[in-house]
Amino acid sequence: MKSRTFLLEIVMIAVAVAFLFPVYALVTLSLKSPDQISQTPLSLPNPPTTANFTEAWSAAALGPSLINSTVITVASLVALIAFGSFAAYFLARTATRLGYGLYILFLLGIVLPFQLGMIPLYELVSDLGLIGTHAGMIIFYTGVQMPFTIFLYTGFIRALPREYASAAQIDGASHLTAFTKVVFPLLRPITGTVLILNAVFIWNDFFTPLLYLGGSGFETIPVSVFAFVGQYVSDYGLVFAGLVLGALPIVAVFLVLQKYVIKGFSSGLKG
Amino acid sequence: MTLTTQPVKTPPAARVRRIGRAAAFAPSWWFAVPALLVYAGVVLYPSIVGVFYAFTDWSGIGEGKSFVGLANFRAILGDEQVMGSLGNTLLLTVVILVVQNGVGLLLALGVHAKLKSRALLRVIFFAPVVVSPVMVAFLWKYVYTPDPSAGLNGLLGLNIDWLGDPSVALWSIAGMVVWQYAGYSMVIFLAGLEGVPKELHEAAMIDGAGTLQRFRYVTWPLLAPALTINLMLSTIGGLKLFDQVFAATNGGPGYATETLSTVLYKQAFVYGKFGYSTAIALVLALFVAAVSLVQVYYLRSREVAQ
Repeated sequence: MKSRTFLLEIVMIAVAVAFLFPVYALVTLSLKSPDQISQTPLSLPNPPTTANFTEAWSAAALGPSLINSTVITVASLVALIAFGSFAAYFLARTATRLGYGLYILFLLGIVLPFQLGMIPLYELVSDLGLIGTHAGMIIFYTGVQMPFTIFLYTGFIRALPREYASAAQIDGASHLTAFTKVVFPLLRPITGTVLILNAVFIWNDFFTPLLYLGGSGFETIPVSVFAFVGQYVSDYGLVFAGLVLGALPIVAVFLVLQKYVIKGFSSGLKG
Repeated sequence: MTLTTQPVKTPPAARVRRIGRAAAFAPSWWFAVPALLVYAGVVLYPSIVGVFYAFTDWSGIGEGKSFVGLANFRAILGDEQVMGSLGNTLLLTVVILVVQNGVGLLLALGVHAKLKSRALLRVIFFAPVVVSPVMVAFLWKYVYTPDPSAGLNGLLGLNIDWLGDPSVALWSIAGMVVWQYAGYSMVIFLAGLEGVPKELHEAAMIDGAGTLQRFRYVTWPLLAPALTINLMLSTIGGLKLFDQVFAATNGGPGYATETLSTVLYKQAFVYGKFGYSTAIALVLALFVAAVSLVQVYYLRSREVAQ
């Protein structure tokens, strides 16, 4: 039994090493000069250079993009959590036909491809003058991720005893107070999951900001990196330094929170 | 911590009379209003308008939208690019579905065992999930470089034009999607594995069941809910696949890696055929809806049976 576990460990580590090959290429190439890349593409950088990083940072204008991505992601998350938990509380507790119909209507949004509404939405956003604005993106993400958020919250609230809130209401609290003071704090585990899943999606989304923010000066990280890569396409060292810098914030957050992230992903989806 | 259900003390009498006892503590419908407004504005309304656009010949310029009936759909049937992309999308979806979940399950079984390195291994396998698909695609563009001394070719001593050879390119795209999301499947299977009671395995072991038998008769049936979610997610993800293809090959070489999503993007933003593009989107929506319905129906019934 012991030796079998040991053998499995060796196999799994070998798999992990193979799995990491693209990451190895990413990091080593970003630390190499163009000469090293063409002459010794697979070896370790010798000597390593950080020139690619300084150049990529300024050429890709990652500083401003970092701020744009952060503003859009944080504001969308706040709206998603506030509106989503609020709506889910009604949907989970009501026994009316209206409530059930609404729940199904929300779930529809998980399956519906966004491309179906892509062009009408583009018209709407541009009619409202929201192209190239943070507000437009925040409203977009709040709407698009609402079904998934409500799905997660509703499942969790259904499993929660009703008595906490009704006790508060007997003591004279309104629905609103009972929710904010009693129910919402109980939702902490699922709020964590909602936060993580939506943060990863919004931070990494590429297509929508390309469409709505492209050329506005308010681009998010994936769009800036995309434009940067297009510009320096043949210079792998520089491009990869840009990729490392672009992915670093979310990967760093992941590494710090990895325990909760992995747990949140699985338990949240398991419902 | 069980809260025994004490019959709820009577709330203010007038209120009870008005709305009845059961509803007294149910929050009112306006709780759902803010969420519904944003959702309706961003998703429902545009999608409904989109369905109408699918029956017009709108070019995206000016107000000229005339109703053309089923013409767009007839055109789709005769459009080699769209039909080819439909085939590509379905093939990609099936390959991703099978390989991603197969690999994900094996990884989950591996890191579920009592390995010293299992915490680190979980982090490694999951990490690509949190990175933007566009960036992963750019990374893999290099991994798939045709240069025989660099990338995957250099590592394995091969000489394959991974993304440039039309007969290989689609499989290469599937490969990088699987690399990015196998960890996602792994994590969901892992959650399922952790829900399998130890006692069942011990009982089976006492009955003389070997490793494979225990997997077949104990673990596998109990993984049904995790499998349902995994299959649904990878199917929907596969059918809608856009970013990875857009960044890695933009549908090429020729039309070899074109998917429904990349084709409808080009029809709208390159050729300005907004009506036609939306018709393709409607076809995609119907595919996704049909497949998810069948999966929910079939897989849920399978879960209940156990």
